[in-house]
Amino acid sequence: MPSLMEKSPNGVFQAHLSKGELAYQVCLDDNQPFFYPRLVAPVTGSTHIEWRISKGLGTVYTTTVVHYKGEPPLNVAMIDLDEGFRMMSRVDGIDAMQVKIGMRVKFKVHPATEKQAAYPVFTPLESAS
Amino acid sequence: MSIQTLSGLKRGSVAVVGAAESDLGQVAQGSTPLDLMAQASVRALDDCGLTLKDVDGLFVAATQVRMGPMALAEYLRIKPKYFDGTIIGGSSFMTHVAHAQAALQLGLCNVALITYGSTQRSVSRAAASPREFNPFESPYRPILPISAYAMAAARHMHEFGTTRENLAEVAVAARQWALMNPKAWEKEPLSIEQVLNARMVSYPFTVRDCCLVLDGGGAIVMTRADRAKSLKQKPAYVLGVGEALSHANISSMPDFTVTAAVESGAKAYAMAKVKPSEVNMLSLYDAFTITPILFLEDLGFCPKGEGGRFVSGGNIAPGGKLAVNTSGGGLSYCHPGMYGLLVMIEAIRQIRGECGQRQVNHCDIALAQGNGGVLSSECTVLFGSENTLS
Repeated sequence: MPSLMEKSPNGVFQAHLSKGELAYQVCLDDNQPFFYPRLVAPVTGSTHIEWRISKGLGTVYTTTVVHYKGEPPLNVAMIDLDEGFRMMSRVDGIDAMQVKIGMRVKFKVHPATEKQAAYPVFTPLESAS
Repeated sequence: MSIQTLSGLKRGSVAVVGAAESDLGQVAQGSTPLDLMAQASVRALDDCGLTLKDVDGLFVAATQVRMGPMALAEYLRIKPKYFDGTIIGGSSFMTHVAHAQAALQLGLCNVALITYGSTQRSVSRAAASPREFNPFESPYRPILPISAYAMAAARHMHEFGTTRENLAEVAVAARQWALMNPKAWEKEPLSIEQVLNARMVSYPFTVRDCCLVLDGGGAIVMTRADRAKSLKQKPAYVLGVGEALSHANISSMPDFTVTAAVESGAKAYAMAKVKPSEVNMLSLYDAFTITPILFLEDLGFCPKGEGGRFVSGGNIAPGGKLAVNTSGGGLSYCHPGMYGLLVMIEAIRQIRGECGQRQVNHCDIALAQGNGGVLSSECTVLFGSENTLS
């Protein structure tokens, strides 16, 4: 059983993110990817887990635009990564209402601020793909 | 799909014998969730002719009272033999019905009281139901639970061509029913245009696609069927129950257009030996306008993807094809945070035939669908009149 005394799944994820990497885990018993980071793999209960680095390419599964008073509209979206896991995120660099289901997107790091650790966001993938 | 029913539970073995709301809307400053629970509890006991001394099973869930059974037992100074504080959001109380049925059947208790109270309008939603921090969701600042349901609606629109007008139909139908319910919060008519043009909260939802934020609570009293017959009110027999958990956070919902009501409904139908076509009215947890659409599909009232078209043209409004949310629902009657108990109270009243102007003719079977979290927990209860037991 892996120990939690020196490092945690979330800690490993954040350490990768600080290097510009979007990390995810795969259970080596059933080869299923999963997200969010866990100490124990879902379904199998296995601790044979491998960290992998996503290529950072994905597709918008669904999207909403949140309206806070006195702020510009804010996108919140669910992204299906090509490696087979899903995460909540935001598509930046485009009007919030123009984020569409099925849109191809690419990962980048939203840098840390005083109040908020770094977190993954996405930008529209240019038609190059 | 193989259905794992709670095979020890017997169709019609227990009944809801008493039901009542607490005061609803905005209660006086200083009122507590426990005041509302106590008020609803004595009203529900009066309703059936039992007293606090008869209560030996206590079921409580509330966001403002972390250890509900303990807190209410202290307030009422009762010592229940059996208690359960399962909290899975707005469907907690349907789960309590299933668990109370098990306890009653086994003789672990004889009179079960299920109750809820909230002062979320008075103290604010943020204070009543603080969100847990989630490092993989909180940084994106979704307005939860609204944005989660909005993303389910957006996906439904994308896959099936559901429109914002279809969603608005749900709110308009709820309002039409509410105008026939003297206890409903909303008193003015509502049009599709008013829903569409209201303040946008989380696209595609305007504030009119979202449930009310009110104070309130309720209570129901359950006994075994033999005792139910001798009490004051017509019993609403528990024909079937089904419980299902899907996920906790919206990021982990497998398919945003299919809820665990597929599973909870199938369990309840199997236990009740009832088909959707035999259900006379539905009380569906309408936290947002998308939820009744999803539940109508998942509970077998229309094919997957057709829910938006099914609710349109006034089909679930008064005079429509199917009576849904006759109280006016969480959208127009009352939504005190975890609305599941009030969802059941309307179904119970329809079985009793005491809904006045909004009464559904010959209502022998009513379905109550609870929903908790962000489409996370789904629980179904089928209630039946005396006629369904023969």
